[in-house]
This record gives sequence, structure tokens and C-alpha cells, in this order.
Amino acid sequence: MTEAFPSENATGAFSGNVGPGSPSENATGAFSGKVAAGFPSENATRNNEPALAVAHLSHSFSGRRALDDVSFAVGSGGFTVLLGLNGAGKTTLISLVTGLYHAHGGSVRVFGHALREDPLRALAAMGVVFQQLTLDLDLTVRENLRYHASLHGLAKSLARERQAAELDRLEISDRADERVRVLSGGLRRRVEIARALLHRPRLLLLDEPTVGLDLSTRRAILAHVRKLCGDEGVSVLWATHLMDEVETGDHLVLLHRGAVAWDGPAGDLCAATGRPTVADAFMARTQA
Amino acid sequence: MIHHLRALSGIIRRELLRTMNQRGRLAAAVVRPLVWLALFAAGFRNVLGFSITPPYETYILYEVYITPGLVGMMLLFHGMNNSLSMVYDREMGSMRTLLVAPLPRWYLLGARLFANALVVIPIVYVFLAIARWWDVRPPTLGYAAVLPALLVTGLMLGAFGLLISSFIRQLENFAGVMNFVIFPMFFASTALYPLWRLDDVSPALGWVAELNPFSHAVELIRFCLYLRWAPAEAAVVATAGAVFFWLAVYAFEPGRGFWARRAEA
Repeated sequence: MTEAFPSENATGAFSGNVGPGSPSENATGAFSGKVAAGFPSENATRNNEPALAVAHLSHSFSGRRALDDVSFAVGSGGFTVLLGLNGAGKTTLISLVTGLYHAHGGSVRVFGHALREDPLRALAAMGVVFQQLTLDLDLTVRENLRYHASLHGLAKSLARERQAAELDRLEISDRADERVRVLSGGLRRRVEIARALLHRPRLLLLDEPTVGLDLSTRRAILAHVRKLCGDEGVSVLWATHLMDEVETGDHLVLLHRGAVAWDGPAGDLCAATGRPTVADAFMARTQA
Repeated sequence: MIHHLRALSGIIRRELLRTMNQRGRLAAAVVRPLVWLALFAAGFRNVLGFSITPPYETYILYEVYITPGLVGMMLLFHGMNNSLSMVYDREMGSMRTLLVAPLPRWYLLGARLFANALVVIPIVYVFLAIARWWDVRPPTLGYAAVLPALLVTGLMLGAFGLLISSFIRQLENFAGVMNFVIFPMFFASTALYPLWRLDDVSPALGWVAELNPFSHAVELIRFCLYLRWAPAEAAVVATAGAVFFWLAVYAFEPGRGFWARRAEA
């Protein structure tokens, strides 16, 4: 079972991907116009506050430094990829950004709301898809969504309306009354994304949402989130270790051993390192 | 405010649905005290002689005596189980979804505890109904009077469970909690033997039982079930519950206790 959204797979969602066969794109700057749209520097003037601003974030676990002075921003309406190997600190970062625990140093702001001082407003503005599945397996899709809507204080009628809309958009309306346990991994992820969007967050955080899924499901989910970003202006932070999920046009934050190794357009990283693909550029940058 | 209420009703609804889905656990929750009542109490029926102990006005059978204690045991198991799952079910991450909701953390934890305490109550009444077959027949009004006692006790034990599972890292699984928390708490209480009898055996044991908040919870249930006032017991249970709860909330603060230490896993 692949559960792809065929229509979206066929579109140009991946056409911007830097494949091994397209080295010329890196140097030309052909993407620069497109790239700029989602960038904090550009948006800072237009929109005052970035969707997510992480400043000098540091954290350690029993003496081992997990994050070291990490700073970056997700522009309002931008698609930012947080790329790093396993253990690079991505999940720690997501945990700190969602207020699960306090960072030992630094600050997190969501649309200008400081997470420490004004956590409720910051949390209300974000939707989160955690790395591990957080659905109740024995409840139906509908009950899972309803629970989430209640936590965000949505009125019943509004919640129902949005559930229908989100399920429809992800093409899972017909599975709404099935228990999550019987759904495949790809479908569960789609339900989680639908759930994260119920309260209409302006910032969507996804922690390795495609891990363990087959290629076409991965692509479909990625395309869906990119579409959300493009069509609805939802700002996205997409954490992954899969290099092929990065497009040249994306704002790329490269996390390596708890520190930011690159912050800027993915295409520029290729140009700067002189490598044809993000994967090669990544290796060059992290092994230097 | 309306947001708070919607969240509370959503949390209760979810707990209800989850509980109803776990038929096996539901059955176990009723069978466990029945085994005690049918086998344990029968065996000790003639061994243990009781003088008249308040709130009882006549000589009573041992089954009658231990029933409130067994109700307490049901609440204890349920509370511990749920609190443990609140802390350790991070693999399923349901606590994560709860804690990213834009509501104060103390409120979310309190709502979860309240929902947990609420869903066990129907199961307790099923047990009490079946216990009538063993001639455990408190006054009809007693069944209504015991309701608030069940709720307060459930909250207190849930908060206690949350507190210990936040602080004590070694209690990774239910077996550990059984041995080091549930059994001592249950046996060193007035659930199975009245206080004077414990005192007889060893004054130290009597002292422990008197300090044990679970004893006070059991006595509260016992007195309410037989329509007698127990303001001191109620005060002790409520105060202990409040203290446990605030300590648990403190432990759950990001950067402290549980989250700070567990974060690495």
C-alpha cells in the first residue's frame, strides 16, 4: 500500500530537487528569486517577526553538549529544512522549541512570543508532528482529532468543520471512523498532520515525519506540506536526516554535532562547497 | 475559561473511551478485589476476631471490614497505573500532545488526574454491587455518600503516583512500583486490619499506618459508606492530595525533575 496522492506526485513538487544530474543549477543562481521568498531577512522587514526565532540556544545532558549556541530563524511563510544526522540534536531542538523542557541557555520566540515568558501564546501558534507517533491507537481517527481540538479549545461545530476539511484535504475522509491501529504508517502520519493543523497554527513543526515510510508515501507527505506552505502561508520547520528531501530553493539549516554548520539557501551550500548535490555538500561541510 | 472547560471535557472523554477499550484491564480491576474478598477474607474470617470498631455498631464479618480497604486498593492500583503511564508512555508520546496544548501545565496535569479518578468510579460501584453477595451491605445512602470520598481519594493517589514516578527513576515498571510502593502502602494501612490490632503487634507499625495517607483514605471511604462523618480523615486526604499535586507539578516543570533528567533517553 502506498497511499500516494497521485495528482501531487505527478506535479512539479520535486522538480526543483537537486539531483546528481543537475549540477549546473547550483552555480547559476536560477533559483535565487524563488529562494528569497521564504527568508527571514526578507520577511523581517515585511512581517516584523519571524515565525520561529531561535537565538543562542544551548543545552546539555549530563555534561554532554547536545546543542551549542544554535541560532536560526524560520521566516514567516517560509519552508525551512533542519537537516542533520541522527544524534545531531534535531529532536532536542524540537523538544526545546515546544517547551517540553527549558534550554540551559538562549531563547525561543514564536511570532515574537517568548516561549519562556509567554508560553501559551507561543504554543497556540504552533502545530507539532513529533517523531514518534502520538495518536491513541485504539481510538478512531475522528476521536483523535476531536481530542486535539478540545485541547485547543475549539467549539464542537468548528472542530467538526475543520476535521472534515483537513481529512478531506489529505484524502482520508473515508477512514475517519476506523481505529488508528488498523491504519498504515503513512496514513497515521497524514492523520497527525491533519491533527496538527486543526487549530490553524501559523507555524508547523515536523520532526522526521517521513522516517520509516516508503518512498512514494514520503514524497506525497512532503509534497502536501510544501503545498500547505505555498498555498496557505503556513511556516514550516521540517526536521530530517534525508538529504533528498531538500530542494535548492529551501532555506536550509544544517545541524552537525549540536551546532549550526550552515544557515542559508540550500543551493548556496552546493555553490559554496562546489558540490553538485545537497548530500555531497553536506558531507563536504560536515567532514571538514 | 471556556477553553479550559472544553479541554477538560475532551480529556475526560478520551479517558472514558480508552478505559472502555481496555476490557481486559476493566475485568482485572473488578476481579482483583473479588479474589481478595472471596478467598483471602474467607480464610481469615475465623482467625481474626474483631471487637466493635467505629463506624460499625455491631460485630462484623471480616468481609465487611476489608471491603472499604479493597475499594482503596482498586483506587490505588488504578491511580498508580495511570500516573505511571502518564510519565512513561512517552514512547507513545500522548503526554507530549497534552503538554503542547496552550493551557497551563498544572491545569493539564490536574485535568488528566481528575479524568483518571473519574473513570475508575463506575468500576468501584460494580465491585460494591457484587460484594453484596458476600453480605457486605452498607446503607443505601452510603453508596451516594461515598462518591466524593472516592473522587478525593482517587485524586490523591493519582497525584502521589505522578509524584513518585516523576522523581524516582528506578521505578521504571509496574513490578517495581508494586513491590516498593503499592504493597507497603496497602499492607501498612488500616485496609486489612484495624489500627488497634496493628498497634498490638507493634507500636511502630501502628505509627506507620497512622502516618500512611492511604490509611486515612480507607477510613474516609469506610466512614462515608456507613454514613458517618470523618472530617479529620477528609482533611488529611485532601491536604495530602494537594501537597502531592503541587510537588508533582513542580517536578513536571520543564527543566526540573523528570524532564530534565529523562530528556536524554
